[in-house]
Amino acid sequence: MKTMSLSKLLAALVCGFIFGLGLLLSGMNDPAKVRAFLDVFGAWGPELIAVMGSAVVVFAIAFKLSGRMVKPLFAHAFHEPSLKQIDLRLVGGALLFGIGWGLVGLCPGPALVDIFSGNTDVLLFVAAMLVGNRVAHYAIGPAK
Amino acid sequence: MVNELLGGALIGLAAAGLWLGIGRISGMTAVISGLFAWPEVQRRWVYAFIFGLMLAYPAFYALGGSSPISITSNKTLLISAGLLVGFGTYIGNGCTSGHGVCGMGRFSLRSIIATCTFISAGMATVALMNLIGGAL
Repeated sequence: MKTMSLSKLLAALVCGFIFGLGLLLSGMNDPAKVRAFLDVFGAWGPELIAVMGSAVVVFAIAFKLSGRMVKPLFAHAFHEPSLKQIDLRLVGGALLFGIGWGLVGLCPGPALVDIFSGNTDVLLFVAAMLVGNRVAHYAIGPAK
Repeated sequence: MVNELLGGALIGLAAAGLWLGIGRISGMTAVISGLFAWPEVQRRWVYAFIFGLMLAYPAFYALGGSSPISITSNKTLLISAGLLVGFGTYIGNGCTSGHGVCGMGRFSLRSIIATCTFISAGMATVALMNLIGGAL
């Protein structure tokens, strides 16, 4: 039991690290590159499509493989998201997120990766993002 | 284009590892919310995940890589964007990683709709900002 929880934490650490390296190698930690992808009517940079496409394909294969597994390697169960409804909450939330994403070019993953970049503007964004997360949690609460 | 494809594959590999290893979706939104749920033993993995994620930047540079960033220094923009991203991702239950990579990889209709919505909203926002002459 104890070994399993340690393996679990170690696996999460390694995966977070590789996730971050992927963002850095692809350059998607750079808000300017992300905004270039969103700038379809201007100097469009399609790179994000290659990054996301490649990531989706690799994950889709792993997800398919997991169908043959009873449980994950270091935990007791697969936690597949249970929400199924297409509602105002989903679309409204994605809309607000998209607006914020377009304003600066940062989404949560790259923002966290850039914490140690030495850029203090990133830290201000991260602080505001954490506040936004908590405001939504206390004002509206988790989706059911 | 090679770095983009390889980088994307690493992201997919990390998400695959977290799913096959501990049965969790690599969604940054849930990871951030999980930070505030620290008494729950079930969600302690998020601390390890974020720690690994933050270590990547210094490690990448130590290995000789370089991935410079360029970001606005307008404080009003940074704060508004951060608030919108934090609030919106919580309400919509996911962002580019949870909906965009993992959700699309699971062929989840919710995630496909969310991804199309936030990409469209992002594109409209950038277009609008350019239209008003980058006055912001």
